[in-house]
Amino acid sequence: MSTNEHSEFIDSDTGKLGMWLFLFTELFLFGGLFIVYSVMRSKYADDFHHAALELNAFVGATNTVVLLVSSMTVAMSLTAIQQKRGGKAMGLLFITLLLAGVFMVNKYFEWGHKFGLHLYPGSDVMKSLPHGEIMFFGLYYMMTGLHALHVIIGGILLTIVILKIKSGKINSEHYLLQENGALYWHLVDLIWIFLFPLLYLIT
Amino acid sequence: MKNHENHVSSDSLNWTVLVILLILTAITILAIKIHLGAFTVALALILASIKVTIVLTYFMHLKFENLLLRLMVGGVFLLFAVVIVITFIDYYFR
Repeated sequence: MSTNEHSEFIDSDTGKLGMWLFLFTELFLFGGLFIVYSVMRSKYADDFHHAALELNAFVGATNTVVLLVSSMTVAMSLTAIQQKRGGKAMGLLFITLLLAGVFMVNKYFEWGHKFGLHLYPGSDVMKSLPHGEIMFFGLYYMMTGLHALHVIIGGILLTIVILKIKSGKINSEHYLLQENGALYWHLVDLIWIFLFPLLYLIT
Repeated sequence: MKNHENHVSSDSLNWTVLVILLILTAITILAIKIHLGAFTVALALILASIKVTIVLTYFMHLKFENLLLRLMVGGVFLLFAVVIVITFIDYYFR
């Protein structure tokens, strides 16, 4: 490694700063949707109330717990790699991936149930709803869909991290990729922390 | 360049943070179930903000990062808050 001149230029502080700048753009991507949601909510309060009753708060709460636990396992995995315990680090990331899988299965059943009721964008049932309810379900699909996409990307990123720990490319000396992967995963959690009460709890 | 200056969070700290986050989630659910009227949305957002701050501080290690990064993150959230406030001022007074 020391013979590789390129590694001299990998500064972990700069690498992390770059990741944070990217996370800021992600915050504004979801932030824009949150602003649309809050404006529409104040405009169509009654429609949003009726539409939100359709969402299953229990599934939402389950997924909240799943994501919070997965956020901890990612944080613990970083501790493990810093303490030179690669096996533990990989195990914890694997648990994180399993939890991501649980989240996606829950989401599949949740969306599947709504599709069964013909509540999806463009359906005849949806078109017959009041304008505010169409807005609510549109935002619901857009926000949870975009979030689920981030869960999938985060899962792929963490899989790459596991493989790199296995091959020794990520170790107790060089773990910037794992740090950044962990930051991305925590972002997925952060967004859900706001999505859950706004979509599932407040009716 | 090694990551040698980085802080190592203990497992017990991570567990503590998780328990606090789960308790706050339970409080959020209970608070909304008992219906506090107009304050419900505000309370849910305040609790979510506390949870987000905890995740940023401990899980995302901001507590142990340099001042520049902490100011940047704080600045971005402040900017977002300002954008929301301006949007609503525009909405209510047009």
